Amino acid sequence: MTTIFSPYAQSMGFTSERDGDGRLVISMPFGDGVRGRPGFVHGGALAGLLETVAYLTLADALGEDDKPLLKPVNMTATYMRGAVESTTQARATIERLGKRIANIEAVAWQEDPDEPVAIAQINVMLDRSGR
Amino acid sequence: MSDEQFEFDPARLIRTMAKNGHNLLIGTQYHAHGDGWCELALPYSEALVTDTASGILASGPIFTLMDMATNLSIWLKTGTFQPQATLDLRIDYLRPAKPGQTVIGHGECYHVTRSIAFIRGHAHDGDPDKPIAHVAGTYFFTASS
Repeated sequence: MTTIFSPYAQSMGFTSERDGDGRLVISMPFGDGVRGRPGFVHGGALAGLLETVAYLTLADALGEDDKPLLKPVNMTATYMRGAVESTTQARATIERLGKRIANIEAVAWQEDPDEPVAIAQINVMLDRSGR
Repeated sequence: MSDEQFEFDPARLIRTMAKNGHNLLIGTQYHAHGDGWCELALPYSEALVTDTASGILASGPIFTLMDMATNLSIWLKTGTFQPQATLDLRIDYLRPAKPGQTVIGHGECYHVTRSIAFIRGHAHDGDPDKPIAHVAGTYFFTASS
């Protein structure tokens, strides 16, 4: 399945790949466009990365034949370490995929996935009313 | 910077910050400020939409806008320029922003301790009484022991 990026994700320079287990991994290269305070990635850019990987992982799990409208309900981002001037990667786990709500956890890291720079809990509504 | 000479000008800071980095990419602008609160503006941009057909602004830029507005509100609350980092930030999306509309982000700091600042805020796309999102979160002062 080819990853289709939103104009926002393209502006951010996101790229996608699969890890050894076939899981979707989104990368955010470091550049001026994602920089916050000197030497660090902006927390808002990290949030955008976490949210993007969550929605793409959800679309991936739903598959080609099921395309409800995905409506953001909320998101809580927790920042654990400063993200420095290098590539940040992220992947997401769908904790529950219901008929109307999906609960997703996303994690972003730089060197080591076991040392995250930020994580997020993301709740999404699946709206099939108009389809 | 010494505390007694502290005169924090968010308009000037945002103008400086908007010249490069992530704020330049999303186009953050100063809007208004007061005692313990700050408002920033995010002009609509087709480069920041979530899908071309609907033209709806992605949520990432709104998250950044609220992060910035709440960040600045802390310095306006404390009257000191302490280095701080986001601990967590929650955003509730009440409805999508109308395509073409500038989004205004209002951030306020309602309590500080020696180490932690507590913030909340909301965003609207023209009518402050009809918010598109609410946020709540905490920051910690990185220089505090």
